[in-house]
Amino acid sequence: MRGILALGAHLPHRRLDRTTIAAVAGGGGGKGTRTVAGYDEDATTLAVEAGRTTLRDHAGPAPDALWFCTATPTYLDKTNAAAVHAALRLPDEAVAADFGGAARSTVAALRAALGGAGTTMVVAADVRPGLPGSPDESAGSDAAAAVVVGEGGDDAPVLAELIGAASRTEEFLDRWRTPGDARTRQWEERFGETRYVPLGRAAFAAALDAAGLDADAVDTVVIASPHARAARSTARALKLADGVLADDLGATVGNPGAAQALLLLTAAVEAAAPGRVIVLLSLADGADALVFRTTDAAAGREPVRPVAAQVAAGAPIPYPTYLRWRGLLATEPPRRPEPARPSASAAGRSEDWKFGFVASADRSSGVVHMPPARAPMGGGPIDDMEARPMADAVGTVVTSTIDRLAYSPSPPIVFAVVDFDGGGRLPVELTDCDAGEIGIGTRVEMTFRRLFTADGIANYFWKARPQRDAAGAVVTTAAEAAG
Amino acid sequence: MGSHGIRDRVAVVGMGCTPFAEHFDKGLDDLIVEATTDALGAAGIERSDADAWWLGTAQSGMSGIVLAKALQLDGVPVTRVENMCATGSEALRQAAYAVASGAYDLAVAVGVEKVKDSGYQGLNAFPIPTDGTNRTLTAAAMFSMVLPAYAERYGVEPDVLRRVAARIASKNHANGARNPKAQFRKEMSVDAICAMPAVAGQLGVFDCAGVADGAAAAVVCRAEDAHRYTDSPLYVKALSLVAGNGSGLIDPTYDYTTFREIEAAGRDAYAQAGVTDPRAELALAEVHDCFTPTELVLMEDLGFSARGQAWKDCDAGVFDHDGELPVNPDGGLKSFGHPVGASGLRMLYEVWLQLRGEAGPDRQIATVGPGRSLGLTHNLGGYPGEMVSFVGIFGTETSG
Repeated sequence: MRGILALGAHLPHRRLDRTTIAAVAGGGGGKGTRTVAGYDEDATTLAVEAGRTTLRDHAGPAPDALWFCTATPTYLDKTNAAAVHAALRLPDEAVAADFGGAARSTVAALRAALGGAGTTMVVAADVRPGLPGSPDESAGSDAAAAVVVGEGGDDAPVLAELIGAASRTEEFLDRWRTPGDARTRQWEERFGETRYVPLGRAAFAAALDAAGLDADAVDTVVIASPHARAARSTARALKLADGVLADDLGATVGNPGAAQALLLLTAAVEAAAPGRVIVLLSLADGADALVFRTTDAAAGREPVRPVAAQVAAGAPIPYPTYLRWRGLLATEPPRRPEPARPSASAAGRSEDWKFGFVASADRSSGVVHMPPARAPMGGGPIDDMEARPMADAVGTVVTSTIDRLAYSPSPPIVFAVVDFDGGGRLPVELTDCDAGEIGIGTRVEMTFRRLFTADGIANYFWKARPQRDAAGAVVTTAAEAAG
Repeated sequence: MGSHGIRDRVAVVGMGCTPFAEHFDKGLDDLIVEATTDALGAAGIERSDADAWWLGTAQSGMSGIVLAKALQLDGVPVTRVENMCATGSEALRQAAYAVASGAYDLAVAVGVEKVKDSGYQGLNAFPIPTDGTNRTLTAAAMFSMVLPAYAERYGVEPDVLRRVAARIASKNHANGARNPKAQFRKEMSVDAICAMPAVAGQLGVFDCAGVADGAAAAVVCRAEDAHRYTDSPLYVKALSLVAGNGSGLIDPTYDYTTFREIEAAGRDAYAQAGVTDPRAELALAEVHDCFTPTELVLMEDLGFSARGQAWKDCDAGVFDHDGELPVNPDGGLKSFGHPVGASGLRMLYEVWLQLRGEAGPDRQIATVGPGRSLGLTHNLGGYPGEMVSFVGIFGTETSG
């Protein structure tokens, strides 16, 4: 049986309270919150985190294809999926490619993966643009989600199988953004609505036909669309029974563009019991409907980072800080040289370390070397090392400081010396925290980030972030000892 | 460490040092000319008398040509050396070994840095292409991690330790205030230093060395020839250098309360010089006080204080100008700023003045006298965990 073997999402740490927008921007905003990518996150790093979350729940074969869908790529003319592939340490034999341009690419990639062969990871991420005070700024969001599609097996059974699908395509102008623009433009909303609703109804009906199901057999309908009004009208037109339409997370997360369909599908499958029928209906430059049925393998599954828990987590970000992170509020840089661009050849040589966070361990002493080394400390033989993946290692802060002088896209830098459980020490920058939250004994985990951009080159590497409990409080060794 | 040293085989017979300042009106050549002219003059020689030259500059110029051009040296060997912030001491070390080997009769070490032409605050390293994974912290932040680690290890209240650090800066400012060659000549109270906003960890701007341009130079010859050039030479007792392997950054046993490279260099230098009780035998020490926590830990690593006791000794005034062992009586990096290639030789210049009784009535320390005629210079480059350390010992008396 072919279908979805694993799925997972990544929501960034920060939340923007929409009620804080109007006082600064002079208008806009609204109710609820939206997620905000860190200044050190982009679509690529978000995709890496979603991919890591998904692979932690995936015991089956490593993906032999990685399809990265985003409408906000860091690079053009260079495949962004390659960095995701490197950070996830997928096999060299795997193909990694971008599906770019618009939200529809994600649904098309998912459908292609489901109709294809082998094991494919489809990952989608967006950092949505929008000018201050705009509806897109308020309704948009930043997030990523990933699914692994393949033939089920004993180690990784199918969680949800595709039992029907249909699409409709029609050329009309609703939303558009030329490369480099800081905002997406939109034609009068009503026009798109008149196109989307019939397209959505038609695709929905055709997909159910293909699945051999009546509408009343559907347990959950997930509607993803850059056109919120069309999504609401289509839902009404489908005359769904109470409780069938899934929360679009608009009030808490916002709409993460190319990532929305996979994010909502992930949330729906995570919440579903076995044997449930879930329809993903995407209204984006046409309409796509995919009908899934969850299998017995969906029973009792406990995702490592469920969407619901991530929605409930997070910490507020002041609106001016959000503007600064987006480059919409220019502030005085420190009077220090900006960092130099990383060397392509040096980065290429250290791909396993820089992207995969793979250290080395001395075979004779067991001492972990970060970065990996050929000569061990303590004087053992040269080249007697084995690879030691550290991306999933957890560590403890030994000492820390705050650097108010060094260059950072968002000063000050919070920095700590971290000792990892099982060996290895690294002085490393921290992220997703406030300076006052970090001290000796803070427990941390690793996260893939963009340290800075120089000469247009995104400099990716890993940072540490504090572990947090369900209430959002930073976990410390003292708290762990107290239980 | 298998090190024999060259105790009493080489002498410093002439020194020069420019004022350390923001020399916006002087270029690298000017600084080189001024320091060298003074040093050669003190030894009573001309440029053409020197057989070989060493130029210490971290990043103000490449190769020995910089020095050869500035002084129009003709047909002689000039070597540019770099060893981070210990560059000036490295130049001296190479020149001293060259005359000790018999290869040359007279050699000159020149240390210089033109920092203030960069247009940026602070010291900024020349960017070497990397994979982009190296940390981008300032030195201040790296050294700031010493204070909480020290407080934790020795059970000192963080606020108490913070004032001890400020007292170190206050002492060095007081010494610098009396020194006409210092960049900052203003006394600073502990309260004023503590009141500054933090720049890195607990450290405020007055916990950090200043940034200045400057140059210093030394003429060296074999010890037996020293009196041809001066009546009061300084004999080289020890020159020790340790380049750390960076293991402190990744070694979980390292706790940021000591600098292993400095302890090792100090131990080696004392062995070379035959010093067994540095606090009693040395008349002064010029140490690399790049940040206040650095000087605190140096007192222990160099054996002036027992482990965990330096904070008490600093607070008790042991290392004050009129203390048991004056440390940085010239004002240190705190008052002089840190023109990278020049600092190591600037430290030696103070030893040169003090041991020869030439510091002037206002600045002369009282510890110098018969039987106590040694001075130490300590110069480091890098950060906790990854450091180059130099320790030199010099004296006016030969042993035996």
